[in-house]
Amino acid sequence: MRRWPIALLLLICLGAAAFWWLTRPRPLAADAIAGLQGDAEAGALVFAAGGCASCHTAPGAEGSADDATAGTAAAEDSPIVQSGPVLAGGQAFATEFGTFYAPNISSDPEAGIGDWTDIQIVNAVTRGVSPEGQHYYPAFPYAVYGHADLEDIVDLVAYLRTLPAAQTEVPPHDVGFPFSLRRGLGLWKRAFIPTDWVVAGDLSPQAARGRYLAEALAHCGECHTPRNAAGGLVTAEWLGGAENPDGPGRIPNITPGGLDWSEADIAEYLTSGFTPEYDTAGGQMAEVIENLSALPQEDRDALAAYLKAVPPVAPD
Amino acid sequence: MTHRAARLCAPLFAAAVTAAVTTSALIGTAGPAMAQDDLPPAVAARQHHMDLYGFNLALLGGMAKGEIDYDADAATGAAGNIAALAMLDQSGYWPEGTSSDDIEGTRALPAIWENMDDFQSHIDALAEAATALEETAGDGVEAVRAGMGGIGKSCGGCHEDYRVSR
Repeated sequence: MRRWPIALLLLICLGAAAFWWLTRPRPLAADAIAGLQGDAEAGALVFAAGGCASCHTAPGAEGSADDATAGTAAAEDSPIVQSGPVLAGGQAFATEFGTFYAPNISSDPEAGIGDWTDIQIVNAVTRGVSPEGQHYYPAFPYAVYGHADLEDIVDLVAYLRTLPAAQTEVPPHDVGFPFSLRRGLGLWKRAFIPTDWVVAGDLSPQAARGRYLAEALAHCGECHTPRNAAGGLVTAEWLGGAENPDGPGRIPNITPGGLDWSEADIAEYLTSGFTPEYDTAGGQMAEVIENLSALPQEDRDALAAYLKAVPPVAPD
Repeated sequence: MTHRAARLCAPLFAAAVTAAVTTSALIGTAGPAMAQDDLPPAVAARQHHMDLYGFNLALLGGMAKGEIDYDADAATGAAGNIAALAMLDQSGYWPEGTSSDDIEGTRALPAIWENMDDFQSHIDALAEAATALEETAGDGVEAVRAGMGGIGKSCGGCHEDYRVSR
């Protein structure tokens, strides 16, 4: 009789230890980016492909993508100093788990991330781990950015450092128990972050480039793929369309099973926003196109080739 | 004991259900509104006006996509048509009582009448983008591709604020 409580206690301790081990934040090795030299001009394109400005500019701020390319060689020869989007944060994302506020990631050392080291920013972007060693909520698509080449992320960091500072204080996330316990996110990461490309197999070099852009930067799947009850992406229905968290209607199925546009149609849509009927993109997609239109034409062609290589999901 | 176990397990439950929610995308893929027989003439006229934009855009877009052979004169002409259309006086198109709140068969939001100056500025932006393309469209298909972006942005920007989404 007396043994039971001890056994139970032992079990609980073991469970707690296992939980602690499984949920531990896993940043990159301290020397992971040693030797990499950030190129801000290349980083501007990573920034555009990653769609950072769509969430991290202040609510209602305009012209993010225009500004994002202001410093690229394609735009003009002017140096990228203190021009470009102001990443003051503050946009609210109301979800069933609570309301998330996009943080200030401007170069301000107090309110933003100006005093973070390169590896701290790289860990935030690719591993979802804060400088204090806490998990970030996956509203921040680090699950996607973790597949990017570290060289690209180091370039991105170099670009972020050129952007203006903003002293805006953003409210903390308004997330209730139990989601307020960030430690548990370690399990979410283990369960739901794909370890490899979702669209596996041999792709043409062009489609593979598109896969890199879509699955490591542009995070198309975050909206276009359905989620399970725990908020993990259902990769078996990759890009097969999903509920619209912002309102009525559905986010469309963009696999060959749901979208019969030609590659040229898709590339044109991602460039100018025109559908094959010459209607225009709306909602969040208009912002996505603003970002993607800053990329070289080959990259939008690559995204189109990738979408044709995605396994078809049957229409609803 | 049970109480403590529950406390220790709480993060597990939390983990099991914690989730990401992201921004959303909404693509408007609808074609032009169906003109109906009983629409007020101003509504029918402005819808046909949109059709004329679409007709000229289809030529430029077809060239941009490589579906239609590039033709410098045709491209310049189509861009010029769009610019000319955007510069027409539209004051007769928007009588009171013809918003989507007032009648069926239109996607023109009441916001148009509340912000007529801003609404007009989108049309001016289209005229500007189309005029710019008219000047460069003869330079080659690359110029047509580049010019479509500015036109698309002005179209989309206006639709975003002033058209019923679906």
